[in-house]
Amino acid sequence: MAAVRVEEVLAAAAQEQHRPRSVQVEKELELEFDLGNLLALDPNPPPAAALRGAGPRRESQLRALARDNAQLLAARLWELPAERADGAAGPLVARLPEPAFRLPREKPPPRPRPPTRWEQFARLKGIRRRKRTSLVWDEQAKEWRRRWGYRRAGGDPARAWLAEVPAGADPEEDQLAKLRRAKRERVARNELNRLRNLARAHRSAAAAPLHPTGHQSRQELGLVARVARVSTASLGRFQPRLPKEPAEPPSRDGGKKRRFGPLLGDLAAERGRQLELLRGMSSKKPALDITRAVNKQLREEDAEAAAAKGKKRAQRGKRGRRQQQRPGKRSGGGGKKGGAARRQQQRPAGGGGRRKKA
Amino acid sequence: MDALERVVKPKTKRAKRFLEKREPKLTENTKNAMLIKGGNANSTVTEVLKDIVSHHLPIQKNITRPFEDQTSLEFFSKKSDCSLFLFGSHNKKRPNNLIVGRMFDYHVLDMIELGIENFVSLKDIKNNKCPEGTKPMLIFAGDAFDLNEEYRRLKSLLIDFFRGPTVPNIRLAGLEHVLHFTAVDGKIYMRSYKVLLKKSGCKIPRIELEDIGPSLDLVMRRTHLASDDLYKLSLKQPKALKPKKKKNISHDVFGTTYGRIHMQKQDLSKLQTRKMKGLKKRPAEKSVEDGGISPKKTKSV
Repeated sequence: MAAVRVEEVLAAAAQEQHRPRSVQVEKELELEFDLGNLLALDPNPPPAAALRGAGPRRESQLRALARDNAQLLAARLWELPAERADGAAGPLVARLPEPAFRLPREKPPPRPRPPTRWEQFARLKGIRRRKRTSLVWDEQAKEWRRRWGYRRAGGDPARAWLAEVPAGADPEEDQLAKLRRAKRERVARNELNRLRNLARAHRSAAAAPLHPTGHQSRQELGLVARVARVSTASLGRFQPRLPKEPAEPPSRDGGKKRRFGPLLGDLAAERGRQLELLRGMSSKKPALDITRAVNKQLREEDAEAAAAKGKKRAQRGKRGRRQQQRPGKRSGGGGKKGGAARRQQQRPAGGGGRRKKA
Repeated sequence: MDALERVVKPKTKRAKRFLEKREPKLTENTKNAMLIKGGNANSTVTEVLKDIVSHHLPIQKNITRPFEDQTSLEFFSKKSDCSLFLFGSHNKKRPNNLIVGRMFDYHVLDMIELGIENFVSLKDIKNNKCPEGTKPMLIFAGDAFDLNEEYRRLKSLLIDFFRGPTVPNIRLAGLEHVLHFTAVDGKIYMRSYKVLLKKSGCKIPRIELEDIGPSLDLVMRRTHLASDDLYKLSLKQPKALKPKKKKNISHDVFGTTYGRIHMQKQDLSKLQTRKMKGLKKRPAEKSVEDGGISPKKTKSV
């Protein structure tokens, strides 16, 4: 008995070894692969007749089909560039490509937020962010301390026990209370500005998104429908309406071009307007102040150039940056005309090229 | 950063991290699934729920009807930050019902109702399974998955469900799990196999499959698919994620890489070539040339 069994086992093992193990699979249509997702799509229609009857036969048919497909997928995966992780003895690791099959996102992509009031100003002036050191030298403690926070340089502000009375102040006034009040006001102003920036961002973001988000209210949908109607070449004048849709009421002020002043109104104002018109026509001075226009243009170009170069340019030394900022601050400080005059002196070439000979 | 853009800013770092994890990002987190048992969910349905996503535990009982009212689903999705859900229920009209769905921006994007006809659980098949958490290979067989719109969405939904986290590298010996979906005759057969790699003559191993659970026979019932433009919107990827094309590099059919270099216009007479002594200009010749070519300014006295 035992001998027979051993023989059987040996025969089976021999057969296993010699049986051709092919990795070839024949398919009518090629499979589509997405190796980033370990995905294979088989467009061949499966043998419907074979799979109809329930039971183990169907299971074996399904398993054969699955085996063929899995073999093809594995063949592709083994063709990927592979390397040995952790040196020569480590496991063989293949580098997967990016997943190609497009799946919907979980949430919409993040919207860029509109710039805050300070950011707009900084962009206009060309002010770039200066990187500060995280530690400051504290003379009293003779060590490097952080700029703010726990154990900051300059001691704990809550423990400041001395507040000098300045020269012109009322001697009865509580200076410490004044400091505290000033701090509270600063905090409140900061918070107010933050909320204002938030409201501005929210306002621009909430302006009707013209694509479906799946959860729009009735008012939003009405607004979107109105905007869509007007977005034609003839501004919605020839758009047919739905059977029960109410006609758009004519706007009360008659639009921009159909607005007229009253016929019999303020005679003095009318006379003044006509005289002003005649004066403008007869004066030799040009209506457009060329110098102001040119300087405005130059300022805009400055702002654009600063914004474009700002990130690419390497950090200059502190001195260079301060020197660069000072002329900007000075001309910003002076009045418009004064600033314009100074700017003119700094750039004779640019202005002269564009100035007409007056 | 959205955490800092709220009216009430988070007061602790932990709260801030929590909010940042949930806000919309460029590259998103792996999607989580929530499993919900509807009213009178029978044992089959419960088993299915437990087997399919075996590392999750069913979290909710008794939400009314997803096809009629979606607000409670959306509420739970928002609370638990899950964008995929599986809802199981059972009644006389729809026995052994399973609803697979996904969310976009915490609102229902797609929902497909499937009826479970035949179910073989993990426990019924006794052999050793592959470890939990292995990324499965997904195979979809059948032309219905390409031709029929509902089947296409179902395919996308199933891929979303079962694909697992996106990884850059994968250990080839660790590919153990295969999920195979076949669409035949209006039914979808889902089978789950363990992969055995056998030696073959060449580098690619021969694959043998062993059936582990669960295996499901599904019939598609109702569907609630998102409109085309909403679906397109959800597919939209931000520009920053698009791979940057390298300019001036091209490949040909044979795999050779070609590069283009753009040069300025060259003066070929001033080109630096090898110096050949015989061609060197002698001083006599040079003066003759100069005399003819260079313009001489004549001074009129």
